[in-house]
Amino acid sequence: MSTVAKIPHVIRSASTYDVQKIRKDFPILHQSVHGKPLVYLDNAATTQKPLAVIEAIENYYRRDNSNIHRGVHTLSERATEAYEKVRVAAQKFLNAADHKEIIFVRGTTEAINLVAQSYGRKNVGSGDEVLITAMEHHSNIVPWQLLCDEKGAKLRVAPINDRGELELDEFEKLLGPRTKFVAVAHLSNALGTLNPVRELIRMAHAHNIPVLVDGAQAAPRMQVDVQALNCDFYALSSHKIYGPTGIGILYGKTKLLEAMPPYQGGGDMIASVTFEKTVYNRLPYKFEAGTPNIADTIGLGAAFDYLNTLGLENVEQHEADLLAYATQSVEAIPGVRLVGTAKEKAGVLSFVMEDIHPHDIGTILDTEGIAVRTGHHCAQPVMQRFGIPATARASFGLYNTREEVDALVRGIHKVQEVLG
Amino acid sequence: MSELRELYQEVILEHSKKPKNFRVLESANHKAEGFNPLCGDHFTVYVDVKDGSISDIGFQGSGCAISKASASMMTQMLKGKTETEAEGIFTRFHDLVTGHSAGNGQDMGKLAVFAGVSEFPLRVKCATLAWHALRAALKGDQDAVSTE
Repeated sequence: MSTVAKIPHVIRSASTYDVQKIRKDFPILHQSVHGKPLVYLDNAATTQKPLAVIEAIENYYRRDNSNIHRGVHTLSERATEAYEKVRVAAQKFLNAADHKEIIFVRGTTEAINLVAQSYGRKNVGSGDEVLITAMEHHSNIVPWQLLCDEKGAKLRVAPINDRGELELDEFEKLLGPRTKFVAVAHLSNALGTLNPVRELIRMAHAHNIPVLVDGAQAAPRMQVDVQALNCDFYALSSHKIYGPTGIGILYGKTKLLEAMPPYQGGGDMIASVTFEKTVYNRLPYKFEAGTPNIADTIGLGAAFDYLNTLGLENVEQHEADLLAYATQSVEAIPGVRLVGTAKEKAGVLSFVMEDIHPHDIGTILDTEGIAVRTGHHCAQPVMQRFGIPATARASFGLYNTREEVDALVRGIHKVQEVLG
Repeated sequence: MSELRELYQEVILEHSKKPKNFRVLESANHKAEGFNPLCGDHFTVYVDVKDGSISDIGFQGSGCAISKASASMMTQMLKGKTETEAEGIFTRFHDLVTGHSAGNGQDMGKLAVFAGVSEFPLRVKCATLAWHALRAALKGDQDAVSTE
């Protein structure tokens, strides 16, 4: 054939993203709350689980339950293989260079504590500084405070502007010879601000300072490439990416992880033990003491598969559309003010209402079947920065629809009607 | 809707918008803070006790409609009461908002409007926050009381 037929590129656009079909994968969504269809808009707190995840956990307990890395029997072999397969899936999910760089932990909080207690205690001393930002979740503040208190080091905080964006110049100025570590959120849970982490990492690396990225909110909403970011550590929670609670991931660069002392001692993290000397296991097991959360790791594996099938780029586009629609709709309601209006945002819509406390908003929305988070979102310094005690927060997931945003808007009008 | 109207009764909304005794009490000889770390509600209750009786009482702070109205109505209710009477009223109020009250608050006077809280268990902490602070103030506890 002399002519080549033009084959159209297969583009998975939002128009092929069938949200109604996707919703069928989530059994929990199909219920009534206070007689109204459930509108679940609390995805930044935790996401719902697709049937594939629920079944993976059940099947593991029905068929393969056994301890791993120990027995020679068939069940132990099966469990070990299933568990380690998830490590490889996590490596691919984050585009890590090596599966040894994936450490299983309980969640983002434990991942950050691990780095603070292991890397931090070894490398941060008296008079040194740790730099975070003003938009961090408590889990990326308190572990560093504990470290700084113990070591006589200082916690420095890069400020944010009135839109909730990090002030990059100030951040850069705070990087100095005493800065030993930087920890930043990829995406703010309270404001929805997407930080330019690649740029922040470049700035920190210019001073040879390693950077941890708290990816709890970003991981479910966009493709993360730890090598492209060039971050030294990346932390995420399974339960925020449609997997079970109780499991999460710490990614770390091999060179750093190898130089770090163990976080906890116990079984599995050792190569040999005598009362005189213990030789630690190789990576990643050095950081995984004791029998791990095998079942939920396997559940997390099913969540990775699920997200890979949908394509995170499609999820990202779907949520961007929802957020734009919600921002426009909610902003238009008189007496409502958005908190967090950064140019680069994702997934999260925080708002306050004139003369109405967020707690009351939450209660009234709940009677309409709408689940939002109200309060300080474990980010009290963010609330202080904006001079408010709390906000109401709608946060979107891959299964939310424009109709649900419309329900939220009707709910907000109801709040004004009841309390106005 | 009816449950909501039970919760957000007119009296409650009025008190939350225009709270009574919403002031720092310079003469206070007792004072305590109440804090709900889950939602950020935060009140300071000031009490002036003379001869075992609450001669004056005020409060300051921020919180939701329920917590603020409860604080406001508490100050109205307790002015002039003895410490023992105040303790008794708190116990009955607590029973009312947790649904353990036999008479549905008929003996509670104006505070009976809080009966609707019992349908919203998550809001019990809001309704009782200022009361816990008051109890701490009367006991002379220096630390802020927390609902958690």
